[in-house]
Amino acid sequence: MGVKIQKEQKKLIAFIQGEIDHHSAAFIRNEIDCAVCQVRPALLILDFSEVTFMDSSGIGLVMGRYKLIKSLGGEIRVENLSPSAYKIMHLAGMERLGEIRQKETVQ
Amino acid sequence: MKNINELKMIIDSKSVNEGFSRVAVSAFIACLDPDIEELSDIKAAVSEAVTNSIVHGYRNTQGKIYITVSILEGSTVRIRVRDKGVGIEDIRQAMEPLFTTAGSERAGLGFAVMESFMDSVRVTSAPSKGTTVTLKKKIWGKNS
Repeated sequence: MGVKIQKEQKKLIAFIQGEIDHHSAAFIRNEIDCAVCQVRPALLILDFSEVTFMDSSGIGLVMGRYKLIKSLGGEIRVENLSPSAYKIMHLAGMERLGEIRQKETVQ
Repeated sequence: MKNINELKMIIDSKSVNEGFSRVAVSAFIACLDPDIEELSDIKAAVSEAVTNSIVHGYRNTQGKIYITVSILEGSTVRIRVRDKGVGIEDIRQAMEPLFTTAGSERAGLGFAVMESFMDSVRVTSAPSKGTTVTLKKKIWGKNS
């Protein structure tokens, strides 16, 4: 579990790795929030391509980051969700908060 | 429904065990040959139930969580997650989407995930006695 953070001009990309559950969410949250508060990006991208499992803690994670970035006047985008992670985000109606994109699969 | 195979586990209510419990359940039911979606649905539902016991049932205390996984006739899985924690005063309210007592980082969607990913979810609880969540799902498998 963990998170790799990359800064590109006004953009901050957080590549979340491994499993997102109640146990791992606190660590991931702290890492992202530290970077967001330092950089104050116009756009925060949460990249889920290396997430292997997610339960509703992932929704809490995105909602919390949404509130933080909004308070700083920025936007949030969630990218590369697996089908099962997308299902959980969709259940929570997360599309209303920002862009939620599934991983593109090669047919 | 006849019980074909059963697993019982007792774990401490530590968040580090959330991952173990869902993986153990998925390994036990692997004999039913579930597809990837069924497996991740069950893992998510187990994770929600176990997390509820840790976060709510035992709140600031430590206790044991009792998990029973039964493989029933007709490729059906029944998972019971029981704690001896604080219990739930108002089950209907606790199951409402977005209701949470755990602060802004919890979405309040644990039961919503369980209900949408499993065929049935039953909750029995008594204040100061504990809570039992029973999840059931038929596994159609890779050949469906």
